[in-house]
Amino acid sequence: MINNIILIARNELRRFFKSTLAWIILAIIQFLVAIFFYVPLVMYLQPASPASGLTDSVVSTMYGFAAYIILIISPLLTMRLISEERQLGTIRLLFSSPISITEIVLGKFLGIIVFYLLILFMITLMPLSLSFGTQLDFGQILSSLVGLFLLMASIASIGLFLSSLTNSPAMAAISTFGAILFLLIIKIGGTNSSSNLAVIFSYLSIDGHYNNFLSGLFNSIDIFYYIILTTLFIILCIWRIDAERTYG
Amino acid sequence: MKKDKTLISINGLTKFYGPKKAIEDVSFDVHQAEILGLLGPNAAGKSTTMQIICGVIAANNGSVNIAGHDIIDAPKQAKQNIGFLPEQLPLYGDLTVDEYLLYSAKLRGIKKQDLNGLIISCKKRCGLENTGKRLIQNLSKGYKQRVGIAQAIIHMPSIIILDEPTSGLDPKQILEIRELMRELSKVHSIIISTHILSEVEAICDRVLIINEGNIVLDQYLKKLLADNNSLESVFLRLTGDRS
Repeated sequence: MINNIILIARNELRRFFKSTLAWIILAIIQFLVAIFFYVPLVMYLQPASPASGLTDSVVSTMYGFAAYIILIISPLLTMRLISEERQLGTIRLLFSSPISITEIVLGKFLGIIVFYLLILFMITLMPLSLSFGTQLDFGQILSSLVGLFLLMASIASIGLFLSSLTNSPAMAAISTFGAILFLLIIKIGGTNSSSNLAVIFSYLSIDGHYNNFLSGLFNSIDIFYYIILTTLFIILCIWRIDAERTYG
Repeated sequence: MKKDKTLISINGLTKFYGPKKAIEDVSFDVHQAEILGLLGPNAAGKSTTMQIICGVIAANNGSVNIAGHDIIDAPKQAKQNIGFLPEQLPLYGDLTVDEYLLYSAKLRGIKKQDLNGLIISCKKRCGLENTGKRLIQNLSKGYKQRVGIAQAIIHMPSIIILDEPTSGLDPKQILEIRELMRELSKVHSIIISTHILSEVEAICDRVLIINEGNIVLDQYLKKLLADNNSLESVFLRLTGDRS
């Protein structure tokens, strides 16, 4: 079971890194996040800066913006996961091999998660470089990392599921983009209102839970939100592919 | 006529795509070391039958038993005994031949210590010795076809299922692939689908004709030809076109 999952994940990563897309995405994310690291840092260094602490004002700001950049670029990472296998016909190789659909889906998920971890590692190098000159609040950084990782896992599973619905990566990308945008803007329905519906809307939005992690707040409700979201879409993906085999 | 062990036994397969019937009540056996030719006009249900045998799609009704394992109840054991080449080659163009074969072998659960030996012998059998480091997308159609066959036989399955293995090849390549299949049939059972009649006459032991989802003929080729029939006339008679 584990061996097969790792096998699929490794093949996914190997093929991903053979495409220029992987490297370009890494570079773009690094460049954009660097801007949101540099600007708060310069502002913090102003003598008149009202900022409270370095970690809070620079590092958390960076992770906050990084999440939006990753949310926007994420559809490009997940679009080909299942849809391309279908387009190439290689899905038949997987189906006729002695591996289960669960292993295929988890392998794909693991593969993309490793790539997200690489992004996480790359952007974390920037705040870590500050530790040469000053004291950082590593607790808050760790909390931000956990939050961003959970956020990545949930959008990866959404992308994985939407990629399993089509055989065109472009369709998968645009629908994933729509889904992510929906989860972002849903909180607008929850602002400036105290009705029950508004509470639900703001609760469902994908970035609200992330903000707690940024301020160093480890809330089990936020963790469960992302875990439930991730698990839900992985299960939906398995069901979807299983149904394809039965009815397609 | 061979009366060896039965490797595949297929019983009453029926498959619908929505309201459209693809195959109905298809039953046949495949014995050890025989080449079975699956013949039929386009859209007769050849590919559907093959995909059901390999577990790529599930039938609405009926059962497939492969070397003693049911494809639904024990898919892992059953699929271990199968090598499948779909009509659309299941190739990753961005991998090299070596990487691709390694991945296919691992997918079939080959042990680490056997991997290298199997890949080398498989490449040799398929005439791919000098292409190991090349990207699959840069290979010619004939070589891609060979890589496709190579992934189907790399784990030495007892049953090889090839969906139109010679389509799009030039005459010389077709002869080479036929030679390869004869070679393989000494140890493996092979099911091939085709609509080229001469191909069946050249390599198959047994012919199965499918028309509109039903099996209309299941006969040993020698016997069929001994009765003074030509395969062509039988085919045309059974598939509804009168000549």
